[in-house]
Amino acid sequence: MKTQIGLTALLAALSTGAIAQNFNDPAEFERQKALLTVAAQGPDGKPWEQNLGGEKVDTAKYKKPGPYKLCFSNAGVNNPWRVVGFTNMQAEVDANKADIASFTHADAEGKDDKQISDINAFVNSGQCDALIVSPNTTAALTPAVEAAAKKLPVVVFDRGVDSKAPVTFINPIGGYGFGIQGASFIAQKIPAGGSVLALRILPGVDVLENRWAAAERIFKEKGIKVVGAEFTNGDNAKTKAIVEDYLNRFGKIDGVWMDAGATAVAALEAFEDAGKPYPVINGEDQQDFLQKWKKNKLTAIAPTYPTYQWRTPVIAAIRILKGEPVVGPTWKLPQPAITAENLDKFVNDKMPPLHYALCGCEQMTNYPARWGGK
Amino acid sequence: MSAVASHTVPSAALRFARGINVGLAVFLALYGTIAVLQPGYFEVEGFLNFLRRAAPLIILACGQLFVIAGGGFDLSMGSLVTLTVLGGSMLAGGNPENTWWTIGVLYLIGLGVGLVNGLVVTLLKVPSIIATLGMLLSLNGAALMWSGGAPRGYLPENFRALGRLVYRDVPVTGIMPLSVLILIGFVGIAAWLLHATVFGRQVLAVGDNPRAAELAGVPVGATRVLVFVISALSAVTAGILLGGFAGVSTAVGQGLELQAIAACVIGGAQLLGGRASVTGAVAGALSLFALFTLLNLMGLPQPLRETVQGLILIAAVASSAWRMRRA
Repeated sequence: MKTQIGLTALLAALSTGAIAQNFNDPAEFERQKALLTVAAQGPDGKPWEQNLGGEKVDTAKYKKPGPYKLCFSNAGVNNPWRVVGFTNMQAEVDANKADIASFTHADAEGKDDKQISDINAFVNSGQCDALIVSPNTTAALTPAVEAAAKKLPVVVFDRGVDSKAPVTFINPIGGYGFGIQGASFIAQKIPAGGSVLALRILPGVDVLENRWAAAERIFKEKGIKVVGAEFTNGDNAKTKAIVEDYLNRFGKIDGVWMDAGATAVAALEAFEDAGKPYPVINGEDQQDFLQKWKKNKLTAIAPTYPTYQWRTPVIAAIRILKGEPVVGPTWKLPQPAITAENLDKFVNDKMPPLHYALCGCEQMTNYPARWGGK
Repeated sequence: MSAVASHTVPSAALRFARGINVGLAVFLALYGTIAVLQPGYFEVEGFLNFLRRAAPLIILACGQLFVIAGGGFDLSMGSLVTLTVLGGSMLAGGNPENTWWTIGVLYLIGLGVGLVNGLVVTLLKVPSIIATLGMLLSLNGAALMWSGGAPRGYLPENFRALGRLVYRDVPVTGIMPLSVLILIGFVGIAAWLLHATVFGRQVLAVGDNPRAAELAGVPVGATRVLVFVISALSAVTAGILLGGFAGVSTAVGQGLELQAIAACVIGGAQLLGGRASVTGAVAGALSLFALFTLLNLMGLPQPLRETVQGLILIAAVASSAWRMRRA
């Protein structure tokens, strides 16, 4: 596993020269920045059914009588974010029992080749009325998704494919939006001339690179000194060691920017252990961070990549098979940030530490037990 | 390098160089460089903090050393560390009253894992590298199933203290991390077991030549089972310290088994058994951890870091192998 990550990282670095521009696309940056201020359309209080001003796609040609057989090719359930998301999706399927005859799931375990064969098997099985795909990587999965889209309606979400063949592609605003929200907050809250440490998981992953590209740009614009950008591999112990070393070297760090929130608490603990005041920090919507934030009255923000987006593809697939128009070919979901003002709404100490608060699952059956809560 | 010169009569300096442990020399060189980059490391407090962070790896290396000395490998250590951290958080559920029995249960799990590893190797005659690889997969699966793929609880503060608590205002050293005290205790027991007991000599005998050991009356099977138990218990100890230091995460143990093996080899242990020293394993683990720290401090990009890390590992192991042939 680790060597795999290492290898991916190495390949990513070797090809950086060729693809660096893709990770820092000023036009996309501006587009996502604008989307952050767009008012969502759709039912109130149900962000997973809302959209940020997309077109409608006519789906009359896919109409067939129900109940429907849905198939889902999943990139993996290999991190807590995907665990929460997949739980949301299963709950959404259960909530639509009347319309769904069967829901078949294939876990690609983070491997492109397995996902390609999963998709082919689904298409050839004839057991799928519609196919939902959460691609492992964009380029590798594009041909398989295009081929599948010729046979049956396809809904793609989370990471995308390079094709307009799917009926719709559902995702929130994106990586730049996340980076902008976190970095703007930190830039605004730290004292003039303050220093920021950036903690990143690993290089070469598009959404993470986008987050960092946006943050770097914001910090540069505001004249903030970034004392370091370190890779933590998402490991708590490594994160804590890195932050300890930086505190040791610089004595004081005013802000910590993170490209993902999983190790935010470990970073904060390093400040505690060193007897230093907490930094201005961005985490994500994991409960452990939200609880720490509330308990210690941190100056913090939590940009999100909401897991409620896992509910939307099921809803979209049913609508498509019923011949109802859906938002497409891109369906942009709102991507809110948790701030001091609405923190209380999301913090919940009955939920597991790495539960993502923006699951949109609070009203679903078997909440909270199904998500591991008490 | 000087390999050519040694074909002739070795000079006194060279003989002296061979006498000291490579791991120790590598560690001193690396640590010196770290301290130049960041002077805080020259102070006692800096060194103790470094030890606190290195403690889990040192403990793992000491446990792995017994298995290596006995002629095997234990690849299941890292996944046992993960299981310890995840299991600890599930069992304790954030309640400080549960800490002590939770730790007891974790050690029982470790005992069970070690016994299974040892029995599979001795009774079923499965090579240890395969037996423990199977255990690695099973334990990872068990940890995933148990936790549902994401951590589901917190470690209580008194559990965390084992890896996190630092006593302040201590005479002489200034500070004293609790985990360093645990480390010293553990290393002391390991050194005593391997170097001062009959059991330790039996481990080395089994690793050196199992047939000869058997003929000499060494209980080969029991010895082999015990080394896996020691290794598993060390993995639980390291897991408790790691969970204490940094909290719960699913990736916590990934790759630690290879680091532990590398540490043993840098410290002069002979793969496939027969030669091992606890001092060497400790020095090896320290140099490995110093290497990680140094590469971090130098701010090299991750891919380059991993390349350098791999090259240095190969160089260190090759040099200790070379020295062994020459010795």
